[in-house]
Amino acid sequence: MNDIQIWTWSFVILSFSLYIGIAIWARASTTGEFYVAGQGIPPLLNGMATAADWMSAASFISMAGIIAFVGYDGSVYLMGWTGGYVLLALLLAPYLRKFGKFTVPDFIGDRYYSNLARVVAVICAIFISFTYIAGQMRGVGIVFSRFLEIDVELGVMIGMLIVFFYAVLGGMKGITYTQIAQFCVLIFAYLVPAIFISLMVTNTPIPQLGLIGNTGGEPLLTKLDGLTRELGFTPYLAGKKSMIDMTAITLALMVGTAGLPHVIIRFFTVPKVSDARISAGWALLFIALLYTTAPAVAAFARLNFIESVNGSVYEASDETATPEWFKTWENTGLLSWDDKNNNGKLDYHGGPENEVNVNRDIMVLANPEIANLPPWVVALVAAGGLAAALSTAAGLLLVISSSISHDLAKRVLFKDLSDKNELLIARLAAIAAIAAAGYLGINPPGFVAQVVAFAFGLAAASFFPVIVLGIFTKFANKWGAVIGMLGGIGFTMSYIIWFKFIHPEANLPENWLWGISPEGIGVVGMMINFGLVLVISHLTAPPPPDVIAMIEDVRQPE
Amino acid sequence: MKTETKAKSDLYWRANLRLLAILLSIWFLVSFGFGIFWRDFFDQWSIGGAPLGFWFAQQGSIYVFVVLIFAYSFLMNRLEKHFALDAEPEQ
Repeated sequence: MNDIQIWTWSFVILSFSLYIGIAIWARASTTGEFYVAGQGIPPLLNGMATAADWMSAASFISMAGIIAFVGYDGSVYLMGWTGGYVLLALLLAPYLRKFGKFTVPDFIGDRYYSNLARVVAVICAIFISFTYIAGQMRGVGIVFSRFLEIDVELGVMIGMLIVFFYAVLGGMKGITYTQIAQFCVLIFAYLVPAIFISLMVTNTPIPQLGLIGNTGGEPLLTKLDGLTRELGFTPYLAGKKSMIDMTAITLALMVGTAGLPHVIIRFFTVPKVSDARISAGWALLFIALLYTTAPAVAAFARLNFIESVNGSVYEASDETATPEWFKTWENTGLLSWDDKNNNGKLDYHGGPENEVNVNRDIMVLANPEIANLPPWVVALVAAGGLAAALSTAAGLLLVISSSISHDLAKRVLFKDLSDKNELLIARLAAIAAIAAAGYLGINPPGFVAQVVAFAFGLAAASFFPVIVLGIFTKFANKWGAVIGMLGGIGFTMSYIIWFKFIHPEANLPENWLWGISPEGIGVVGMMINFGLVLVISHLTAPPPPDVIAMIEDVRQPE
Repeated sequence: MKTETKAKSDLYWRANLRLLAILLSIWFLVSFGFGIFWRDFFDQWSIGGAPLGFWFAQQGSIYVFVVLIFAYSFLMNRLEKHFALDAEPEQ
């Protein structure tokens, strides 16, 4: 075992013991504690928990790497995954908190006075959450296997066991306090290497300033843009996506973020309506810490990578030599080199003559080694990746378990279920969901990675329109909501399945509807949903007076 | 008395909608406007070493989003006090 592994094991064991300790301390004894942590979480702490809930393995491990390779096009993720919080804070969170129940299907079922609408919402919630959670469990396994050289399968099982402890025992209460701890671990783990690399490349300790700073007397971005052009890559500052597709993807991610049930329910846990508003501000502030650092890390890492790898001599031992970390990460398969022209040098550029293949995740995972940082920093990245994946997985598990125990069992099937039995069902559902998520993590269906990105499109096309119309109009009715959700999600799913699974070879801009890619099509699904609710609500009977009274009540602060 | 409360809450709701319209216009402008539609136009200026349109797409819009939510929270609390609809019980 080398130094890095000793440090990694220490951090993993330390952080996991902390999570288990919290789980034992924060046991839930009522459904109110299990679903919404007794509505007693202070807004600042809920902001931290929301940030951890939201930032997944993809945000932590993959996002900076994606931006590093697509440059300007990567802006869709930065704006999309933060701008959604403005919609959430202004249009949804305070009103749903005022409504004061436990789940998203709760609101839809009550506002649209229909168990059919409730069941449709439950199916959407479970589907969205499962596509998302499989990726998280896989992420846990991958971090274990890359840093500690143990099997992905064993890694997934360790992850399942940890989540089992705090999600099943503590429900939302346990999840909230572990998420707060996980936020601290993940943000520290993200910022420390970023600060070191910023110092190394731009001489400033603040990555956000480094991005607009100079490197070797020249603006960093100008230099990087020039290098990418020279080497035949997509120019860093230009990007390839069309304006309409950029717009559609950004909007789909924003609206999808606001419509994701595991994010929405976090705002049910604060004491008051005004707390829900300020809490969204804290959440976005904590998220912005990582999201404004990511594009800086992306630019530093890409520049560093090009400069240290391109043209280096593999077998040399002087300053022209290929760096040591390249060889270490070659073993993991994340980097590879094929000397096509047999000159012994790594020729890294755009086009078919390129000899270096890079997995994008390397930009975050190997960054500390690329910057020559001490082993404890490398180990920190592993603990951070695990925290990001576990915190998101737990939030999703709670959505699945409460959909089953509360929305289906209590509200539809057995209306006189006692609180104690409902809690028991919630725990059993959580156990079943962990087992299913673990199975999907160990045997990932080939399409999981692709589907995760589309969870946003599905959330945008199903929940967001009916919740917004449910709060801001009084005419939106039962049939409008049921047909709107089914129409929106049906269209979005068909479009994605058509281009991703049935005819992947036809997935080209000239075949897309109005030039909108499957990633951005949730926006059209959302419009269809909005349109259907508006038209059908005017053709069918208006909502009954008690629903109108409920809408008026939701619009007033306590 | 009851109609008075009703009129008050209607006024409150309209003030809320006006605030939403203003804040959401800013939200739209800094992201879709500055970062995507008029990105090339804004790129004629720079902030430090970054073209301004690009900077809004990768940094600036996010800062504005954070400010928008805190501003909304502050203004709504003030609005609720003004209409005496505050959640805090009177001491």
